Amino acid sequence: MKTQADRKDEVVIRVKGLVTAFGPKVIHDHLDLEVRRGEILGLVGGSGSGKSLLLSTIIGLRRPTEGTVEVLGQEIGFAEGEKMRALEMRWGVLFQEGALFSSMTVAENIQVPLREYTGMDQQLMDEIAAMKIALVGLPEDTGQKYPSELSGGMKKRAGLARALALDPELLFLDEPTSGLDPISADLFDQLLKSLSQSLGLTVVMVTHDLDSLRAVATRVAVLVDRKIKTGTIAELRRDENDWIQDYFSGPRGRAALAEA
Amino acid sequence: MASLESARPEAWFRLERDRLELGGAWTIGASARLDRELRCLKPEGEGAVTIDASKLEKLDSSGAWLLLRTRRALEEAGRQVTGPDLPESYRPLLENLEKTKPVPAVKPPKPKTFLRRLYLIGKGAVNACEQGWKMLGYLGRVTVEAGEAAARPKHNLRIAAIVTQIEETGINALPIVGLLSFLIGVVLAYQGVDQLAQFGAEIFTINILGVGLLRELGGLVTAIIVAGRSGSAFTAQIGTMRVNQEIDAMQTMGLNTIDTLVLPRVIGLVVVMPLLTFYADVMGLIGGAVMCYFDLGITFPVFLRQLDQAIDMSTFMVGIIKAPVFAIVIALVGCYEGFQVERNAASVGALTTRSVVEAIFLVIVLDAAFSVLFSVLEI
Repeated sequence: MKTQADRKDEVVIRVKGLVTAFGPKVIHDHLDLEVRRGEILGLVGGSGSGKSLLLSTIIGLRRPTEGTVEVLGQEIGFAEGEKMRALEMRWGVLFQEGALFSSMTVAENIQVPLREYTGMDQQLMDEIAAMKIALVGLPEDTGQKYPSELSGGMKKRAGLARALALDPELLFLDEPTSGLDPISADLFDQLLKSLSQSLGLTVVMVTHDLDSLRAVATRVAVLVDRKIKTGTIAELRRDENDWIQDYFSGPRGRAALAEA
Repeated sequence: MASLESARPEAWFRLERDRLELGGAWTIGASARLDRELRCLKPEGEGAVTIDASKLEKLDSSGAWLLLRTRRALEEAGRQVTGPDLPESYRPLLENLEKTKPVPAVKPPKPKTFLRRLYLIGKGAVNACEQGWKMLGYLGRVTVEAGEAAARPKHNLRIAAIVTQIEETGINALPIVGLLSFLIGVVLAYQGVDQLAQFGAEIFTINILGVGLLRELGGLVTAIIVAGRSGSAFTAQIGTMRVNQEIDAMQTMGLNTIDTLVLPRVIGLVVVMPLLTFYADVMGLIGGAVMCYFDLGITFPVFLRQLDQAIDMSTFMVGIIKAPVFAIVIALVGCYEGFQVERNAASVGALTTRSVVEAIFLVIVLDAAFSVLFSVLEI
């Protein structure tokens, strides 16, 4: 039997020689990235550096121009429909604005993957939806509300609850704390940390938020000059690249990392 | 269907007198089955129960929920519960879930009783009246703004926008309006010939064509196509601008949304509709002429001579005079509904549908009103 400790160094996402290009415009130039089981990887980079693009390539929404992406041992983009679906059940994705289905209540949103992939009774699905809503720290009456009745922060939490519906091993978050007030953002960070500990999640998180990086990320991947540099925050601060220096040692960076 | 149940050790549980033992992989793939089996569990009995989960090999939040729910059921049956005793790595998950207090299952919506249905009908009627009243108010507001714009045409009339609208709603609509009118002419001629042949009066098919197309069908078909094509586009365009807060941005810059968005559309459509109607009349008559030639052998000159006897200028004018009125109704409904859009994507779709339905409804009601008016005026 494998325990979590044995699998600590297992690589769950492996991006090799990835090239993304729109005509002559090259966004990613042979970049490599490895994500290990159980870690929270923060993905940062300037505007237009292709963070969200990288994320959507990893989850199979785009085909890479060149190179390979492997998630949980399965190559993305060439996986058969059935295999791809089996893979999609093992990850959850939180999109930037939550991407909740607007015609359904929050509880129904959470039940969509449950209804599709498990043979659960309605009663159990209701219980699970209520449990997930409580798990992400939303008030209990949120289940009956429609997405248009929720604030931005609540939408993100509800989106997270839906992403967690199938108890995935892997969680992708696209700017989970952007647009949240600092207190909500802090709460979100704590929530993410406790969830990743208790559920043993591996998290890939695109973010601009330095405080959030410091609070939760075990490693950081920086998209710079069409490539990726990975390391802990301390390691990256010693890097000589100008953008990385500006990012971590600019006024905002210094303020956020002062206690680090 | 792909399955969540993989080659993991199967989940199991066993309740003996004072022990609930469980093991295997308590995960989401197994939870549908576990749920059914756990519901059959009889929690009644005497004395304490120890939950022993030390043989668990995998646990996720659905499994943990089932475990906690079972413990709660045992407690509610009045038994002293200790445990669960489980592997160290799953302890944080269970603690996390324990902290979240038990919540009631999501309540189903109220069933629709007779009284509630009655209430909904009444509410719908009141809403419809309110909608009509508001639309009338909107017509007034646009009229006032149009008057102001006419007084200061240099500043308030946006010629470029009007020309764009004329192209969008007029020139680009030519193929579809032409084709459909042509086909209507064909159909009308075919049916007319069929019926009139019984009296040997086939030649009067041309009278039916002339009067029917020029007075009614040309304008009506054009209005319905334009409502579906341009009225919906107005709602969708303005609605999307509302979703993106572009309308708010325009207001904060002091741009008058009626001048910039509504008037160009209304004026453009008022210019275009009579032209389109004329074009539809011509295409319809051509369709009819083609049908008459193939069905009755009536040549084009004969067709024209008979047509000349059947209609006069007033027949044409009766049809064409309605076009600008239809244009105003379609453009106003389209713009008004666009401004009603709320800040979500579903609302754009719902209001676009509503705008088309309302526009077509109003066009047909107005057409009927015109018929009554003309018969009273004996035109």
